[in-house]
Amino acid sequence: MMNSKPYRVVPGPEGLLPPAAATCGIVLPEKGEGLVLGSLQSEQETLLVMARELLTRKNPTIFPGPLVLWAWKEGVAEKAASVLELADEIPGVRIIPMPDYRPIYPKIDPEAVINPCHPNLTIWHNKIEVCVFVGVHCHFANITLKMIRAGTNCYTITLCHEAGHEDSMASLPFCGADQVRALTEAIRQLKREGLRPRYADTPGIQLTPTQQTVLSGLAWQHGDGALAE
Amino acid sequence: MEKHAKQRVVSPEYMFFEAPRTRHFITGSEAASEAVRRANLDIAIAYPITPQSETMQRVGDLFGEGFLKDYYRAEDEIGAFSAISGASRTGVRCLTASSGPGLMRGLEVIASWPGHRLPLVFLIMCRVINAPLSIQPDNLELAYMLNTGSVLFHAENQQDFFDYTLASFIISEKCEVTLPVSVAVDGFFVTHARGWVEMPSAELKLPGRDCYNEAVPMIDNENPPIRIARDAPIQKSNFISYQMHAAWQQEIHAAQERSRRWITRYMGGLLEITNPDAETIIIASGSAVSQSREALRQAQDMGHQVGLIKIKSLRPFPVQELRQACQHAKRIIVPEFNCVGWLNREVRATLYGHTEAEIADGPRVYGGITMPTEMILEWLLDAEKGGQ
Repeated sequence: MMNSKPYRVVPGPEGLLPPAAATCGIVLPEKGEGLVLGSLQSEQETLLVMARELLTRKNPTIFPGPLVLWAWKEGVAEKAASVLELADEIPGVRIIPMPDYRPIYPKIDPEAVINPCHPNLTIWHNKIEVCVFVGVHCHFANITLKMIRAGTNCYTITLCHEAGHEDSMASLPFCGADQVRALTEAIRQLKREGLRPRYADTPGIQLTPTQQTVLSGLAWQHGDGALAE
Repeated sequence: MEKHAKQRVVSPEYMFFEAPRTRHFITGSEAASEAVRRANLDIAIAYPITPQSETMQRVGDLFGEGFLKDYYRAEDEIGAFSAISGASRTGVRCLTASSGPGLMRGLEVIASWPGHRLPLVFLIMCRVINAPLSIQPDNLELAYMLNTGSVLFHAENQQDFFDYTLASFIISEKCEVTLPVSVAVDGFFVTHARGWVEMPSAELKLPGRDCYNEAVPMIDNENPPIRIARDAPIQKSNFISYQMHAAWQQEIHAAQERSRRWITRYMGGLLEITNPDAETIIIASGSAVSQSREALRQAQDMGHQVGLIKIKSLRPFPVQELRQACQHAKRIIVPEFNCVGWLNREVRATLYGHTEAEIADGPRVYGGITMPTEMILEWLLDAEKGGQ
């Protein structure tokens, strides 16, 4: 039941089981609006908040989900390209995919994937303090966001293709390639206004050690998660 | 050409609010099947039980006429409700229905639908739960439905049964909801009795299910992420699996909360109030509302000011709306058609600490009889005297 004091969705760790924000009176934004710490904001204000957090917090990371990882319908490739343009504007950013939602046995490689069954392993291992979910189905994004808020201090941003997410600190609904580009533009705007990114000296996308090894063609991954040459 | 192909697809807003309607004097079963005719339904899976059977027989007729793509009779309720789970996972619009003992037989499967995030519509024609054997109306089964995670509406009459059923398909399939929606009516009083129902033209139908834009991927081996079986969280006895399962359960109830916006938009709110300023209030759902309307009229004829709150949505429950509506209430009675008083418990839990009103523990009928309006009137007068 709802408390009289407005609930705020802030970075955790909030404890074992924080309540779902939707059951605390937080409502999803309409088209043209965003959600910041549980409060409805204009889309532009939301984009600027997202941009500032991405430029100033530790180890910014983008978690692309299946809806942008595969060109499964028209327009997806364009949206995926817009996500890469966004990454190019965030110095020091990493990209760690959530390719699907099945549990990964016996353990995940947190430098290779994030998984909704245990998302915090990836957050903790890579010391991620701000992240963007894009292209993840809403149910799996929501349970992931709740677990991250429970156990980590990560600031979560969602660029949602549908109605948005109450449990992320900043959420933009109905987000297509144009909205992703608008976030990229908001980042450029803050830089033009003089904001020096935390990783200004580390331009471009940073690969995790696992990604570096795989990219160089020296290794592939066995089913047990171990790397083999 | 199949008949459904000749229907014109219109927006939900046009279907619900703008399309011209004509009046028909029909039974609840007919009203439900007329809603299905306009619902752009893909599949209905039936298993017979009184008083639900007639509706699904009529839906079978719709299949024969070409309004549905598929229809079959399952081997029992567990089979019907499991089959509808499979159908919903493949992205089609689905319907099933049951009553009392049949619902209880399939309850395990019903309670698994929300966790699997399965949009579908489940019609409940309430009936006594055996034993002793009875086919009479009584809505005790809704006490068991309250905590399954399904969105749950309780229709008062034939018109509600038509409107709620049609709206349920759209609410169920909203991405942020992606839950089963159950529409209950009191058996026989609504299903087998006739009432006036205003309906838009049968040449119209709702848009089909948009299955690629829902909260979970449907099963489609041509599209990632490919799923052999869905929703397998890690099955380990450790902290992280407990937390994952807990977050999953929270998400079901969060999704129920998100349906409020659409219930308000498409059904005009979670409750309806008559005489909001009255100090004596009747709170009811289902057929008890109709009986309460008549009791209210009789009370007014006798010079008493009485209000009526009709609860349309049992899940989500209209918590804030009810608190607001009962701010000035001094006496509340809760007429019900079951022996446990599940609505009374909901009302007490919701209003605890938010009202000064005395909440009477009744009146109730059960076992199949209807509630005499005189009984409600008697409780109203007793409440005003400070009795009961």
